[in-house]
Amino acid sequence: MKQYIVRRIGYCLLSLFLLSLTIFFFVRVTGDPATLLVEPGASPDDIAAIHHQFGLDRPLLVQYGLFMASVLTGDLGQSFYYRTSVFELYWSRLPYSVMLATAAMAFSLLLGIPSGILAAVRVGRFWDSAGKVFALLGLSLPSFWVGLVLILVFSVYLGWLPSSGSGTPLHLIMPAFALGWYFAASHMRLTRSSMLEVLGSEYVKLARLKGLPQALVIGKHAFKNALIPVLTLAGINFVIMISVAVVVETVFAWPGVGRLLYEGVAFRDFPVVQGTVLMLGAMTVTVNLIVDILYAVIDPRIRLAS
Amino acid sequence: MPNAPLLELENLSTHYVSAQGTRVVRAVDDVSLRIHAGETLGIVGESGSGKSTLALTIMRVLPPAARIVSGRMMFEGEDLLHKSDEEMEQVRGRRIAMILQDPMASLNPLFTIGNQVAESIRAHEGASRAKAWNRARELLKAVRIPSPETRVRQYPHEMSGGMRQRIVGAIGISCEPRLLIADEPTTSLDLTIQAQYLKLLRDLQQAHGLALIFITHNLGIVAKMCDQLAVMYAGHVVESGPVSRIFNAPAHPYTEALLNSIPRMSDDRERLTAIDGQPPDMSRLPPGCSFAPRCPRAFDRCLQMAPPETVTEEGRTARCWLAAPVLNTNQPALRREAV
Amino acid sequence: MSTSAEILTLPSRPPRFAFLRGLRLSGFPLIPTVILVGIAFVAVFANQLAPHNPEVGSLAARFKPPFWETGGTMKYLLGTDQLGRDVLSRLIFGARVSMVVGITAVIFAGVVGTTLGIISGYLGGWVDQLIMRLVDTWLALPALTFAIFLAAIAGPSMWNIVIILGITYWTRYARVIRGEVLSLKEREFVRLAIVAGCSKWTIMRRHILPNVINSAVVLGTLMLGVVIITEATLSFLGVGVPPPQPAWGLMLSDGKQSLMVGRWWLTIFPGVCIMLMVLSANILGDWLRVKLDPQLRQL
Repeated sequence: MKQYIVRRIGYCLLSLFLLSLTIFFFVRVTGDPATLLVEPGASPDDIAAIHHQFGLDRPLLVQYGLFMASVLTGDLGQSFYYRTSVFELYWSRLPYSVMLATAAMAFSLLLGIPSGILAAVRVGRFWDSAGKVFALLGLSLPSFWVGLVLILVFSVYLGWLPSSGSGTPLHLIMPAFALGWYFAASHMRLTRSSMLEVLGSEYVKLARLKGLPQALVIGKHAFKNALIPVLTLAGINFVIMISVAVVVETVFAWPGVGRLLYEGVAFRDFPVVQGTVLMLGAMTVTVNLIVDILYAVIDPRIRLAS
Repeated sequence: MPNAPLLELENLSTHYVSAQGTRVVRAVDDVSLRIHAGETLGIVGESGSGKSTLALTIMRVLPPAARIVSGRMMFEGEDLLHKSDEEMEQVRGRRIAMILQDPMASLNPLFTIGNQVAESIRAHEGASRAKAWNRARELLKAVRIPSPETRVRQYPHEMSGGMRQRIVGAIGISCEPRLLIADEPTTSLDLTIQAQYLKLLRDLQQAHGLALIFITHNLGIVAKMCDQLAVMYAGHVVESGPVSRIFNAPAHPYTEALLNSIPRMSDDRERLTAIDGQPPDMSRLPPGCSFAPRCPRAFDRCLQMAPPETVTEEGRTARCWLAAPVLNTNQPALRREAV
Repeated sequence: MSTSAEILTLPSRPPRFAFLRGLRLSGFPLIPTVILVGIAFVAVFANQLAPHNPEVGSLAARFKPPFWETGGTMKYLLGTDQLGRDVLSRLIFGARVSMVVGITAVIFAGVVGTTLGIISGYLGGWVDQLIMRLVDTWLALPALTFAIFLAAIAGPSMWNIVIILGITYWTRYARVIRGEVLSLKEREFVRLAIVAGCSKWTIMRRHILPNVINSAVVLGTLMLGVVIITEATLSFLGVGVPPPQPAWGLMLSDGKQSLMVGRWWLTIFPGVCIMLMVLSANILGDWLRVKLDPQLRQL
């Protein structure tokens, strides 16, 4: 198992390296980075100063070295708009994103898992077809449109829920629904196929042969086994949720890192954009690594395989 | 001493229907069997002959594509076919138990051994957790698993194949059923462990007065374990009766071929005899006797009409034109050398 | 011979919603295909079909609701937006953007991804490792974030968006195609070609490529929906196809401003268009996947 973990860590580091390289590369390749690094409306003198400050007149390798050096020390630059360190900005906003992702994840599991089980147990019949429709809709409706429609119905017409901002749990309901909708469909599909596989297994057959009541067979034997792949996916999806929440946070003005990214883009605040993307990428890669390691610890087959 | 059979199957048929309803596989076709209390019935056949489907039919745990289309199933005088699902749940595990072939697959990897053994006891007898776990420990002892106290808390993957199969056996007898169906329980075990396991089954049977249906493809096991025998081919029972009489004088060419194909130390033959041909495609059976294409004694009528099941002597049946009583006077009974 | 006449297990009745299945699985999905062809048609003939100029509006006619509401007129069937531009015309021209960007991006990603997938799968070795590491990294970062990043630093233009979407999504192809190539490599006809002395490139081009086209096409239809949603998202965030060119996502962004005062038509109609197009692409892709290659079911 140690070998497995070491290898995973190696991949993680390699991915982080490639991530930084990709970001570095694309910034350079789309034009003069100075125009990005400088505030909008700056004079040619400022641009020259930026060239010097960021070493843009030095060889690429040196530039990359400088870039990595500052990144690794947590210096992601200063936001033009907020005038504070991007790093601090990111961490101050992250809790909100985590909150939203948690609520959305809870919703997606509460909706996805039971409907997946229902679809599997009633395979080929009504609930299964309904499930398939649900899965399609989940894939085909953009999350931000779901959010907009929700605002239309619940804020404008019914006046029940607030349409933007944070602060009360009521503020969380619609964004969580809009964000979680796609993942609910994805979790439903996986639950269904996992459940179908488990229902066809020998141990479920034996459980039925033992004369256990149907509810016990499904609720105890099938359920727990079917849930494993789903929870694994959910773990990986959690971080993805934080990243794709950018649109939902924008629609609902929810102060998370997604909205931070949007602000950076809208205000041409390049340090924010670059810093946020770097952090999001690093976070995703790291969490994937943690999930991989947890898997190795929990699943005895991997544990014993080394 | 005529006593009523414990389990009686009459003209039982189970068909698999494809999703569009186009292909029908007659997995179990017009099967009639009976078994009495304390008896051991062996069911022998190649894979695909319908033995496992027959067992699942008795338990009424068939996959959705399968349907019992006709026949009767009586257990202790009760009609099994018309019981509701809840009533069958009372029968399964408690009055009729079944053990499956692959013990690694039949045990849930996420629950402890104790949990899985105690489960039936709790479900069927409403026993408390403590009582059920105590019984579980006793059962593990009864199936000769060393140090049951520690084993009871372990998980299936921590045990060897032989131990797992014993645990499955423990689960089987946990609620004192009258009938135990064993579907190829030794096929996935090492040869050295097989003998021990068979002995265990026999001892359990005698201790609990169990009737045993033993499904296998291995005639050697049948010789050791079984009183009665039913030979299946392509969904039919082609021959049935007491083991010793069948082994001495098989009535059906398939049975004879099976017996001939067992290599013996005393054989003078230089080559192994296998049965010619391939097992039939169950979705496209030929008209007439399904064994006819491979039968060394087939004649015209065999290829045209399927033979009915006939009673050849007291307690024996055969499904073969050669065994019809009308022909007994002209046709010498099939014989083989004494064992 | 006694036979009990009852059937003892429930006969299966055709499910009540069988028509849904017909829409999707066994039969050809007619409606989705019609919708997609319809949108393509509209995209091509936008100039002829649109009643008004989508980019220029008259301020006097701002915020008119659809014709069936009070205050609406037949002149602007589906209403107007904040600049007095006809919604219907903008929807029609938006179809062009979605179609062009969607299809081009999918083809671009497909070509790059399939090529690299074939090279990676067939050549193996360090080339394979390098490409796969790149793919893994790229896949680790959520596509949307990456696309936003690229769109923010590149200039706003339609072709930039196409390139960005291509760069973002080629990895999906590469992974799948590489898997197929790995198993194709072991097949008889490839071995024969090697023995016959064909060069690596010839084999890849003439033997491997035709056999993976199926998967690439199926993947393409499935990716079309994803790409269109991403394009709409980019437009919504303001980094997509630049105004005044109409894109459905951009219309949604504009519409958001006046959502709170109940101008629902600016939000509902563009969203419905996106939904119809993506839904149709997904249904078609599902059907293709089942029909063309059962092995792809795990996609």
